Amino acid sequence: MIEFDWDWAFAWEVLPLLLDACLITLQATLLGSMLAIVMGLLLALLRRSRWKTVSYSAYWWMEFVRSTPLLVQIYFLYYVAPEWGLNMSPMMTGVIALGMHYGAYLSEVFRSGIDGVGKGQWEASIALNLSPYRTYRDVILPQALRSMIPASGNYIIAMFKETPQLSAITLLEMLQLAKIMGSENFRYLEPFTLVGLIYLVLSLAASTGIRLAERRFPKEGFTLS
Amino acid sequence: MTDYAIEFDKVTKRFGDNLLFENFDLKIKQNEIVSIIGSSGSGKSTLLRILMTLETIDAGMVRVQGESLWHMQKNGAWQPANERHLHRMRGQLGMVFQHFNLFPHMTVLRNITEAPMHVLGQSKETARAQALELLRLVGLEDKADAFPSELSGGQKQRVGIARALAMKPSILLLDEITSALDPELVDEVLEVIRKLAAEDAFTMILVTHEMYFAREISDRVCFFDAGKVVEEGPPEQIFNQPEHERTRAFLSSFLSV
Repeated sequence: MIEFDWDWAFAWEVLPLLLDACLITLQATLLGSMLAIVMGLLLALLRRSRWKTVSYSAYWWMEFVRSTPLLVQIYFLYYVAPEWGLNMSPMMTGVIALGMHYGAYLSEVFRSGIDGVGKGQWEASIALNLSPYRTYRDVILPQALRSMIPASGNYIIAMFKETPQLSAITLLEMLQLAKIMGSENFRYLEPFTLVGLIYLVLSLAASTGIRLAERRFPKEGFTLS
Repeated sequence: MTDYAIEFDKVTKRFGDNLLFENFDLKIKQNEIVSIIGSSGSGKSTLLRILMTLETIDAGMVRVQGESLWHMQKNGAWQPANERHLHRMRGQLGMVFQHFNLFPHMTVLRNITEAPMHVLGQSKETARAQALELLRLVGLEDKADAFPSELSGGQKQRVGIARALAMKPSILLLDEITSALDPELVDEVLEVIRKLAAEDAFTMILVTHEMYFAREISDRVCFFDAGKVVEEGPPEQIFNQPEHERTRAFLSSFLSV
């Protein structure tokens, strides 16, 4: 029989430390998703450019980023980029890797959200002589946002769950800490179980939050100014 | 000011392999009200869309208030207009759409003030005062804070007209503005156009299926068929004594419906 002895004392000892490390995880997720949103929007807009070179470059960048593993990108930024003089801390590397990776996915979400806004809205904007900036900001994006919320939210939760990959470049996030605790005490059950539970609770809370945000998002009256 | 608000000079327009206009000519005088009638696919709406810069042309020249719309002169040579030129030219034009194309997430007031504030640089107060005045003109002063979804089709279209007028165009393009409306709502929209026509301050082109209205309001009626003006003239002539066989056929099909 497999022995399954849960040590409550040890669990209570590692939990506060894991929660501290969770802040690092959350920080990487938060900064990473901010960068991903900016990157995603930028890529989505570039792909709509009427200059073919620009739209194709954006398209191939997106394909390239989505077709290579996140872990390879993380290693590349951390171990190869310094050879070109680009030295970054593990946190900085992680934020940039997550932001770029998920920015490529988000660009597809943003693009289909923008495409979902009817042709008539663009035509009215031209007829009213609105600049492209005003058209996006005041007319298109506020209407596209509602349809972008669920998928973007899911990608950001996915990003959150990918943060353990940053342990590969020595970022002291939750999983990395659990590994250290485990090897120091020769007990892995409690730290790894707790890490899993913390991810579970936070992911469930976040997806509930997204559903609420989607439902509460006003059908009308939402403008960016 | 030039005699003609709009001139189409040997304009060619293709959609893929499909040739819609070939050497198309049309001149519209200042403050003239022209109705364009004809079956669907005859190029009526495309004419308006070319003027509103929603469709390009393949050859020829379009002039708006004497100035070339789709071309600009640089070092004496004509070249395709850039965005800046188009932006300037659009200032003369306003368009009302068949399907209204109101901004659904904005209040009626914001629909009307958006462009005056951000394109003409009007202050919020000026834009608001002007919008309320226009809403009074179209009989919707009590709907300033409503959203488009709370309005009937006729009300939406009246907002559409107010929104176009807020940009102070000299030329108003009305693209089948009553076609998407329930019959009982058509009149409230046409009433607004009647008022505008009486002001005699705009050049108006109406693409319409409202034959009685076209007859009542127009200085001139053009019958379009397959990208050509088959017949044109004062409304009495077109509706009472159409000369062309196809005009007669079109009008009789309309009156029998």
